[in-house]
Amino acid sequence: MAKRLLVRGNEAICRGAIEAGCRYYFGYPITPQNDIPEYMSREMPNVNGVFIQAESEIASVNMVMGAAATGARAMTSSSSPGISLKMEAISYMAGMELPCLIVNISRSGPGLGGIDASQGDYFQAVKGGGHGGYHILVLAPASIQEMYDLTMLAFDLAEIYRIPAMILGDAVVGQMKEPLVPHPRPDRELPAKDWALRGKSGGEQRYIKSLYLGDGELEAHNWKLYAKYQEMKAKESRWEDFLTSDADLIVTGFGSAARIAKTAVMMAREEGLKVGLLRPITLFPFPSAAFAERTLRCKKILDVELNTGQMVEDVRLSVARDAEVHFYGRPSGTGSLPTPEEILGQIKKYY
Amino acid sequence: MPRIEIDELRCKGCALCTIACPKKLIAMSEQINNLGYRPAVFEGTEVQCTGCALCAEMCPDVAIKVFKEQ
Amino acid sequence: MHQVFKRPVSLKDVQTHFCPGCHHGTIHRLVAEALDEFGLQQETIGIASIGCSVFLYYYFDIDVIETPHGRAPAVATGVKRARPDRFVFTYQGDGDLAAIGTAEIIHAANRGEHISVVFVNNTTYGMTGGQMAPTTLLGQRTSTSPTGRKPEVEGFPIRMAELLSGLDGVAFSARAAVNTPKNLMDAKKQIKKAFRYQGEGKGFSFVEVLAACPTNWGMNAIEANERVGREMCEYFKLGTFKNTAGL
Repeated sequence: MAKRLLVRGNEAICRGAIEAGCRYYFGYPITPQNDIPEYMSREMPNVNGVFIQAESEIASVNMVMGAAATGARAMTSSSSPGISLKMEAISYMAGMELPCLIVNISRSGPGLGGIDASQGDYFQAVKGGGHGGYHILVLAPASIQEMYDLTMLAFDLAEIYRIPAMILGDAVVGQMKEPLVPHPRPDRELPAKDWALRGKSGGEQRYIKSLYLGDGELEAHNWKLYAKYQEMKAKESRWEDFLTSDADLIVTGFGSAARIAKTAVMMAREEGLKVGLLRPITLFPFPSAAFAERTLRCKKILDVELNTGQMVEDVRLSVARDAEVHFYGRPSGTGSLPTPEEILGQIKKYY
Repeated sequence: MPRIEIDELRCKGCALCTIACPKKLIAMSEQINNLGYRPAVFEGTEVQCTGCALCAEMCPDVAIKVFKEQ
Repeated sequence: MHQVFKRPVSLKDVQTHFCPGCHHGTIHRLVAEALDEFGLQQETIGIASIGCSVFLYYYFDIDVIETPHGRAPAVATGVKRARPDRFVFTYQGDGDLAAIGTAEIIHAANRGEHISVVFVNNTTYGMTGGQMAPTTLLGQRTSTSPTGRKPEVEGFPIRMAELLSGLDGVAFSARAAVNTPKNLMDAKKQIKKAFRYQGEGKGFSFVEVLAACPTNWGMNAIEANERVGREMCEYFKLGTFKNTAGL
């Protein structure tokens, strides 16, 4: 039987990253993700890796840019206000097509906000939080096992599509402990990094940039990025179906909100209500087709988020024309995490 | 005899070479080159040029080559 | 006949976008000569910044990454930590290094990253059209200090080479100029020294090079070149401020 560990979500991310071959971590303290840099400062030296606590969020993500430009697997982590600071470099890396991992154990906002679990960063994560109109891969784990598995997947997909990847979690999935079954990184064919900087080494000059001034160059570059996003949408959309096949109402939500919603769905089933859960795992690419297909039959959707309504916009764009989309959300703050009973009440309201 | 070659097509006419030459053997042309500048021209003789290469060192556009006897 | 002066191999044979009399071209060449002399072309990763220095990859025949404004030392840190066997240098202007990138340069220096930094100080933001920089001299008129820089309003020109030399992580810090053949020969030596520091594993090295920006100073090339000696060298003293290995 595989070894089971009882670890926090943030530690699962670190273990997943190291198992995935990441040897470069650059970060800066911010609650509630401090156990990530603390773990990495302890463990990176044991695997001949590099840990640097940078002078700022900005510097740390630019160090990621540098390491990633050499083809190395590199990552940073932070929480919402810190992610805002990293957005400059994330936009650059999207333009440069550099694979890397950014972890957002998000907290409530706006501004300094608070340190409670929040999903207020959905728009920032999936709509291209920086300037210029781009997307990055965004994965939303809802369990400790997924924190581990999706971290490994993020590094692979980032390399396959040459795109920055983000794990979007929060204090719930970051701080709670659950059993984790560690395992080796699944075999996946990865493209050669013929773009990585290495010093010419007798070959052709390579350079990595995001500035395109030539006639038509930037338009062509953006269409190329667009085509990549479309390909990702077709091939990499991921979601979890839970009791949706016979459901008369499907609850949706991501990450920690989906965990609470799942409990509410099970409570509803115990009361004989045909309710299921459709949980997007990739937030970009958003699993639109899954929503379109399920709402051909099931016409009621209840979206639950820890904000005032962000993912619900993508849900509404994805469902069948005659499906009803209801929303229940609470912007987070101390004492604002909804209970399963509260969500069950919403299920009954719309069922 | 030492000599210099000024690449007129690269010269932007800044004239820094003219102040670098200890013997003042470089002047600015009256003609306009294809960049729209009046390029530098060597006006001395090979006897006068010592091949010190200061003109080339000062040229921001690496437009001057310097040759000397072995 | 033997060619005693020719273009360094590390510098591509292309026309630059620099204005007539701009010292960037000269400093590019000196950097390329140093790369050639130490045989570094094939193992160098250059870190470009934002400003007139952004096109490093068009002019140098080496691997290059273009970085966000001011972040070159952080990106260089990532490159060098991932590839400690490569030669890594940044090439940054004064707006980039001494304003928006102050935190990145100070902390890369303070960590003693094994990188070399070439800092081009022309007392202005060149590419954006001649705005005031942290290095703009007192009284200097720019497009954002139209009546001249006043210390009570805009503070004082910042001396980066001296400032950085106060950090324990810095192994070498110097300031040079390329306005006269003599200064240029010194600049060449200082750049080579800075590169030797990295090549010999002796730590963080920094060379500030004073440069003319004729266009944004509203001068012709000769006048701008003279201003470097007359005004800049007075305030920004040339010399070596730190040389821990005595190279």
